[in-house]
Order: sequence, then C-alpha cells, then structure tokens
Amino acid sequence: MKILVCISHVLDTTAKISFTDGGKSYDKNNIQFIISPYEELALTRALELKEAGEGTITVINVGEAETEPTLRKALAMGADDAIRVNANPTDAMFVAKQIAEVVKQENYDIIFTGKESIDYNGGQVGEMVAEMLDIPSITSVSHIDLNGNTADLQREMDGGYEKVSCDFPFVASGQKGIAPEARIPAMRGIMMARKKPLKVIEAVEANLATEVKNHTLPEPKGACVMIEPDNAKELIRLLHEEAKAL
Amino acid sequence: MDYTAYKNPDYFNVDDLLTDEHKLVRQSVREWVNRRLKPVIDKYNHEHKFPEFIIKELGELGAFGPYIPEKYGAAGLDFTAYGVIMQELERGDSGIRSVASVQSSLVMYPIFEFGNEEQRQKYLPKLAKGELIGAFGLTEPNHGSDPGSMETKLTDKGEYYLLNGAKMWITNSPIADIAIVWAKDDEGIVRGIIVEKGMKGFSAPETHNKWSLRASVTGELVFDDVKIPKENILPNIKGLKGPMMCLNSARYGIAWGVIGAASDCYDTALNYALERKQFNKPIASFQLNQKKLAEILTEITKAQLMAWRMGALKDAGKVTPSQISMCKRNNVEMALKVARESRQILGAMGISGEYPIMRHMINLESVITYEGTHDIHLLITGFDITGIAAFK
Repeated sequence: MKILVCISHVLDTTAKISFTDGGKSYDKNNIQFIISPYEELALTRALELKEAGEGTITVINVGEAETEPTLRKALAMGADDAIRVNANPTDAMFVAKQIAEVVKQENYDIIFTGKESIDYNGGQVGEMVAEMLDIPSITSVSHIDLNGNTADLQREMDGGYEKVSCDFPFVASGQKGIAPEARIPAMRGIMMARKKPLKVIEAVEANLATEVKNHTLPEPKGACVMIEPDNAKELIRLLHEEAKAL
Repeated sequence: MDYTAYKNPDYFNVDDLLTDEHKLVRQSVREWVNRRLKPVIDKYNHEHKFPEFIIKELGELGAFGPYIPEKYGAAGLDFTAYGVIMQELERGDSGIRSVASVQSSLVMYPIFEFGNEEQRQKYLPKLAKGELIGAFGLTEPNHGSDPGSMETKLTDKGEYYLLNGAKMWITNSPIADIAIVWAKDDEGIVRGIIVEKGMKGFSAPETHNKWSLRASVTGELVFDDVKIPKENILPNIKGLKGPMMCLNSARYGIAWGVIGAASDCYDTALNYALERKQFNKPIASFQLNQKKLAEILTEITKAQLMAWRMGALKDAGKVTPSQISMCKRNNVEMALKVARESRQILGAMGISGEYPIMRHMINLESVITYEGTHDIHLLITGFDITGIAAFK
C-alpha cells in the first residue's frame, strides 16, 4: 500500500494578515505556518491505516524552501518520506499538475488531500489531480477503512452520510471526522524526522489557469452602540437612518 | 477543528535563535497543553487532585528525559529543546512541569549520569515511557538549604545496606515507583540510592492541604530499616556533588519553564485589557495598564534572552552552576511579579478560576523556594563574585 498525502503550508488560523504588493501578497514576518488542518487529519488517518497493515506514506508539498519545516512536521508525525516540488504554488491547476506528475511516476494507491486548504479555501486540487490521472475522486471523506483491494469510505452530505466503496487508486479529500484528532508529533518522531528523506524536485511546466488580482480583508465591524431600554425611539431612529435596516 | 492557536510573546525575535526542530518540539508540547491540559487543569487544581492521565501521555509525547539518548528509550534532543518543553508545560501549570522536571532531571538524569549500564537499561526506558514514575529525596525536615547536614543514614551490613531517615517536600512521592534517595554512608559520604516501592520499611505519605502546586502530588519518603540491595547504589558518584548536579539540571528547566507561566499571564492580561471596557474605552487605553503591560513584556523578553543564552551554553557544555542559579532566580522572580501585575490588570476577575493567573501565582510561590531558595541563589552569585561563601 502506497499512500501519498498532499500537504498545504498555510497560515495559522489566528494570524493577523497585512497585504502587500497591492493586495497580491501578504507580509510573512511573524506569521506561524501550519499543516492545513484537514490534511493533518487525513495524514493521521493514513498513519493509522499504515499501522494496521503495511505500506509507506509519502507527503508532498508544492512550495518553496520555507515550507520544509511543515513537511518535517509531517515526517515527525510518522510519514516515511517527503517530496517538495520547488515552486511557488500559484494556483490550484499548477499545484494539481505537479502532484499528478509525481503520482504518474510512483503509482500511489491512495492520494489524500484535505477537503480544502484553510487559507485560500479552493477545494480544487484533489479533484483536478483525479481528473488529470483519470481516477476516482471521493470528496469530503469523514471515514475510511481498507477492505482487501477496495476501500470503504463515508462522505458527509447535507444532513446525512453517503457510503461508497472504491477500487485503488483514487483521490480522497479528508475532512473533520476522518481521524478523531490530528496526531501530535512525539519527541522521538521529531528526532527520527531528521534522518528521513526529503526530496526536492523541480516543477514541470504548467500554464497558469487563473491570475490573482488582489485580496481584501472584510470591513472591520462597527462599534456597538448601546441604547437605554426606555429609549426605543432612538433605537428606531438609528435602525432607520444609520443602519437603514427598516 | 480542535486546533487551538497560541503565539508566544516574541518582542525581540528570539524565535529566530531557535532551530526549526526546537520550534517543532515547542509546537508539539503546546498542542498537547492546549488540547489536554488547559481544559482540565483548573478543575484538578481546585480539587487538589493529580491528573494521573498525564503520566502516560507525557511519556508518549517524549517529555520525560528528552535529552537522554535514544538507546535508552528517550528522544536524544538537546538541552535547548528540553528548556522549550519545560516552558510549554509550565504555560499549562507549574505543578505539571514539576512532575516532568523531577522525572527528567532528578530521576532519569542521575540514573543516566551516575548509574551503571544495568541500572540504565532497567529503569530508563520505562521512566521515559511513563511506565515508571520517580521521585527525588534530598530535603529533610531539618535540612533544606543545608543538605550537607542530612541525617538519612546508609549502613553497610555486608550483603546489603540498611536505610534509615526521612525526606520531605518530595514531588511525586506518593505515586512514585522508584525514588533516588541521597543518604550518608558509614564514612559520612553522600551516596545515591535507588529505592523501590514495596521495599519493606519504606513508606511515602502524602502532604495534604497545600496552597500551591495543587495539581501535583507532594509527600514524604520515610525509611525504617529499609534493606537496600547493593546493586541499587548509584556507583559512579560520591559526595554532595551528585544531588547538586541533579539540581542544576532541574533548575535549568525551571528557568525556562517559568517563562511559560509568565507568558500565559501576559497573554491573559493583554487580551482582557483589550476587551474590558471602563469609562467607555478598553482598559488597555489607560496609561497605568499600558505601563504594566509594557513592563511585563520587557521582563519576559529579558528572561527569554537569558534562558536562550543559558541553553546555548549548556548545549556547548560551557554553562556554570552559578549561571543557572542566576537565571533560575531572575526568571522565577520575573514570573511571580508578572503574575501579580497581570492579576491586577484583571481586577476582581483576576482571582477567579476562570482565568489562570492566580493559579500560576500561587504555584510560583513554591517555585521561588524549591530547587534552591531565592535567597540561596543570590548567595551563590555572591560567592561566585567574591569567592566568599555566605551560606557556610
């Protein structure tokens, strides 16, 4: 069993972002980066599947050298080896193309992604990889078990679940529930990660499908105005004239 | 997602002085503290109970003896990593950090440093995993800052030793499977002994009614004609230097650890000051609160730099016991002052169990006394400067 887990290197959920370059980029100083949480959960489940049977887990990231600590964390969690495609991950199509090229050469049985990375929330890479490789894509997977030459998966749906089975190879995008909680790297794992291979490969050519014009932050919330309970007239006036809600 | 983010204060970019591996170590322990300890610690502290589940989990995490080599079941990390681990644990609670300090520096360290290979193989892997828990017996009812006058006696009976005496203020004692005990032999030389739970004549009663470190267990070690096999003596150390070397290692961890407690108080006070409004504006806008917050951050930053440098010196094998004393003393006092100032920023809410500050504060009242009192550490620096010991 060969499993590939795609790892996004994303901003910490509480990071305060200030945009630069006309809103095209952001200031990375004093920002913590993490493994995107859905992918961290998918990697945790992949580790459990490996521990229950046999196999290897490779983690892959499309990114520049700054993402290597994130890949080292994945290795410390228990992945066997890592690949970094040395490129700026410009858009989902570009990233998917790079991952698909690696999968073509290595023949993985399962390719895990998260249901979306928590920075850009694209949710496209896994499905694009499946399309490029002409293999099934199962999205929003909240449970997966292996059963001989097939896998039994559970998908989250609006108000319920869908159970599907699928032959290898396939792409599965994990979401909350696929593992109870992300595995915390133990100290020994961190030490062992030092010695595990982290291969850097160059990107293949890929045309950009989209161009980011800029990013903006939501307007800051207005200050809360307190109205005395016996001053309903003022409340109505504000709702009419300021909030224009009536 | 149960991911809980926290970013430590880092005004002087001290993080840039840490390696990626140190940061990964820190992030692991931080996640464990956020997920497993923070949600329950106030309850355990309030009920004066020890959260027993932490032993197995800290063992799995690798927080026990992380600098002991891998061949003994530990992680083989450097001392800066050990400091970082202690810092994150103490951001959770000083009592929990104390459990890990004792296991690492006062039990695993002497077995590794002063024990023979058989003793290392027998105890270290189990201690690293948390399958065994250890205690350290040096302080006695009549001998705290003056351990050289200890009365606990080790009498040679030919095929075995007899151990008699009592130790007190012993972290982990009631739950410990083994205790590293220091006693004087027939020649008056201090020796280290591995005492095992269940040995006839050995008891470890709990010390109740503590106002500090309420989530860790403290007790006595009482020895009444305890028959000690000769193979339980640590063969490679004689004299008071043995326990002092252990204490140096523990003090090193404390000097890092308390930065975690201080950082948790600062984080709590800053967030509270930004949210709490009086006179229609956040209390963070008032100059006296800004003074408190600015001074707290300044003191934390100084302590971080001192701890980092101490770590670099220790990793290079160059740190002196006096440097560790200075850093322990400075950083614990800093943390205690930070806790008190932070408590004031929260006003009445500062005394509530809803916030961690008061718990940190009362814990730090122990930390400023144990592993060498605040005053003794000052006198160690005085001795180092003048060459004249004021405590003998």
